[in-house]
Amino acid sequence: MARERLVIVGNGMAPGRMLEHLFELAPERYDVTIFNAEPRVNYDRIMLSPVLSGEKAFKDIVIHDDAWYEDNGVTLHRGAKVEKIDRDAKTVTSANGITAEYDRLVIATGSAPFIIPVPGHQLDGVLAYRDLDDVEKMHGYAATGGSAVVIGGGLLGLEAAAGLHMKGMKVTVIHLMPTLMERQLDTAAGYLLQKELQGRGIDIRCGANTKQILGDDKVTGIELEDGTVIDADVVVMAVGIRPNTGLAREAGLEVNRGIVCDAQLRTSDPAISSVGECVEVDGRVYGLVAPLYTMAKILAADLAGAPIDNYVHSETPTKLKVTGVNLYSVGDFAEGEDREEVVMRDAARGTYKRVIIKDDRVIGAVLYGDVADGGWYNELLRKGEDVRDIRETLIFGQAFQNAGNSDPLAAVANLADDAEICGCNGICKGAITGAIKDKGLSTLDEVRAHTKASASCGSCTGLVESLMALTLGDDFDASAPKSMCGCTHLGHGEVRRLIKANGLKSIPAVMQELEWTTSGGCAKCRPALNYYLLSDWPGEYVDDNQSRFINERVHANIQKDGTYSVIPRMWGGMTNSDELRAIADVVDKFQIPTVHVTGGQRIDLLGVKKEDLPGVWADLNKAGMVSGHAYGKSLRTVKTCVGTNWCRMGTQDSTGLGVALEKFLWGSWTPHKVKLAVSGCPRNCAEATCKDIGVVCVDSGYELHYAGAAGLHIQGTKKLTTLETEEEVMEVTAAMMQMYREQGYYLERIYKWADRVGHDTIREQILDNKETRRAYYERFVFSQRFAQTDPWSERVSGKDKHEFKPMADLSSPHAPSQMEPAE
Amino acid sequence: MNAATPFTRLADAEWVRVGTIDDIPRQGARCVKTDGPTIAVFRTEDDRIFAMQDNCPHRQGPLSQGIVHGNCVTCPLHNWVLSLETGLAQGADEGSVPTYAVRLEGRTIHLNLQNSPAA
Repeated sequence: MARERLVIVGNGMAPGRMLEHLFELAPERYDVTIFNAEPRVNYDRIMLSPVLSGEKAFKDIVIHDDAWYEDNGVTLHRGAKVEKIDRDAKTVTSANGITAEYDRLVIATGSAPFIIPVPGHQLDGVLAYRDLDDVEKMHGYAATGGSAVVIGGGLLGLEAAAGLHMKGMKVTVIHLMPTLMERQLDTAAGYLLQKELQGRGIDIRCGANTKQILGDDKVTGIELEDGTVIDADVVVMAVGIRPNTGLAREAGLEVNRGIVCDAQLRTSDPAISSVGECVEVDGRVYGLVAPLYTMAKILAADLAGAPIDNYVHSETPTKLKVTGVNLYSVGDFAEGEDREEVVMRDAARGTYKRVIIKDDRVIGAVLYGDVADGGWYNELLRKGEDVRDIRETLIFGQAFQNAGNSDPLAAVANLADDAEICGCNGICKGAITGAIKDKGLSTLDEVRAHTKASASCGSCTGLVESLMALTLGDDFDASAPKSMCGCTHLGHGEVRRLIKANGLKSIPAVMQELEWTTSGGCAKCRPALNYYLLSDWPGEYVDDNQSRFINERVHANIQKDGTYSVIPRMWGGMTNSDELRAIADVVDKFQIPTVHVTGGQRIDLLGVKKEDLPGVWADLNKAGMVSGHAYGKSLRTVKTCVGTNWCRMGTQDSTGLGVALEKFLWGSWTPHKVKLAVSGCPRNCAEATCKDIGVVCVDSGYELHYAGAAGLHIQGTKKLTTLETEEEVMEVTAAMMQMYREQGYYLERIYKWADRVGHDTIREQILDNKETRRAYYERFVFSQRFAQTDPWSERVSGKDKHEFKPMADLSSPHAPSQMEPAE
Repeated sequence: MNAATPFTRLADAEWVRVGTIDDIPRQGARCVKTDGPTIAVFRTEDDRIFAMQDNCPHRQGPLSQGIVHGNCVTCPLHNWVLSLETGLAQGADEGSVPTYAVRLEGRTIHLNLQNSPAA
């Protein structure tokens, strides 16, 4: 069957998006021909401001490159402006003489910037702000320094002003109205914005009317109605746009402000449709991208013969793309007798929030400074939800509705599936999470490619990342694509997931299946892989000693001179005369130069020669002491105070609980070191609130804390809950250890892991959900069966003997013939 | 195990037997003590043997204690990576450690201690 012929006049974002939808719905239906007056491919016009300011390059904002047109069999006539439509013959003809026949025609001529016809408006140096040519001209002027006047204090004008200012020009904004962006902002927010921009050094004149532009053939300045003269090398007019309707009008189509279309975007000639800024539908014309993309979707469905929705007007939120300025507005925010408003200002932080309510429904919102809740207000507005019950706290935002929950992920988790995430592309939450799940997307770029969410202005990137984090759990690494090391492009989360999913049970298997780029890995990935395998396949995986860092390989800490330090375990910081005597004897016998008391309540013997390690351990073993794992990514210490045993303030047996915890947890390998403490009362002498996991005893039971740190990074713990019995403490602690063991990235402490996966998730899985808690606990117990062997006594009995003896000693007291290899 | 070594031009006397390949774990190292510096003898994943002075050029860390990967070892003290073949520091670090010639006869390892250390 012969294909129908689809001709498109114009190659902007709206027809580009329309074609993407069309090729998805009916890839074979049309031969497509595009006439483009500009000599370029389709690029993202709303990202011109970052190009102007120098934060992006043109190539970053190209939507469809040459290959796209070729791949989709689209004929693109560049620099070909269509001059005539012959509706009887069904042909269009361009100024450079190309004629094309059509079965369906789409007019997407867009809009033109409005140039105020003041005297001097034709001088060299008067620019609009519309396309890349304008940006390039502005760059030309900015390169010479000098000064610029921007006429128009709306969205585009302010973005132009900020961009030129960043490029080093002295910039003055002339705005007719008393406050900036009056169509999108109320007076208060407009004032805050003006203050911010003035603070940056941009001169802003509101209520100012341009009388004329000065200069002979080149711009030298402007004169205002009040006689003020401002010098300028360039004048940018950004006072609005006008739909390009000339071509349609000449073809005899019905034209009002724009090309009049019905709700399916057909013009008065049913063979001709229109899309974009040139369209007038239901009496409105549009200049923001979101409604244009909605039009694109409807038109594509119509062209494909698919079921279609009618175009319905909806409020589009506005954001200003000026780096460092956060503002958000949506809906109707004029004052009126029938409406009330809730306002919150914080002068110190420079924030302003105003929500407009009518008949118990949100009809508008203006946010400045703190715009995190913009999406939520928009959702309330769009759905017309009754807000009577949350009226009192509405202004505090969505997070407050969830009992002061400050977890940013929780806010996103609470959004409904049809909540809009990406305003530019009209993508709702469900579409994004669905695509992540169905298509197995794991990077931001993939999500952008498949859903378009955050692919336009990018201001919803944070939200999209939060959704990815929620959907993917620990597989999502916000800093992706950060690979584990130079041997792979995969990140830790991806590797952990694939080890489990593909049942990979050895380091060579991981490297083979996951396409490692080096033969044997490196000192970064091998210890990580060894840990992951050990943690994921307890009892099955055989520890690869050669993939362990030296300290874990020889169960002692290497020191700067190549000697080692030895720290025996002192359960809960308790010791006795026998242990101390054995330690003293070992120090004498092996002439250990330094004895030091550690911060974890035990004794460190420093300067032990490697060859002496088995001898030192043997003597310590004899006195009942075992390895303290002070060298490992593993359970280190459980620090305690003396609790009710001795202390007059003690509320519980903190020492006994600490000893019990240490005896239960010791020997387990973890992503990074794990330190615990148990304090017998809230005076907290064991400093439990800066540990990875800490218990603070109180009269009524045991407060369980976690995610503290007191090293490079200092951070107090978060309180998880208060438990009633020691048994519960043991179970919750072990469950948390196991969750961290299964999800943590190698060398990621508990506090970092918790921040990454979200405290709500942790709370949900090991506190609220008793089943998952129990399952974690049981997996931990199982894993401990293979972990609780004292590595020192194993080595005293001969394991890894080669580690502790030279292969040969060729030094003088020995003849070479006496040299025998050890083992 | 005192077989002659017809394939080398060096005098047999300069070669010293230090043990067998089985004494060293794959991707591991062992030390040989001498009157001079201690020598680290490495065995790679594919059973090649290398020898170099057991001191990192950075802060004299014992390279024999490092993780062996590919043709390199990572120093346990500050993660310098050194080529086992050339003794040269890899990546952004600059420095080198003297290497020694190694000869494998069957599974027996011989070192040439006279070997003038590579710069």
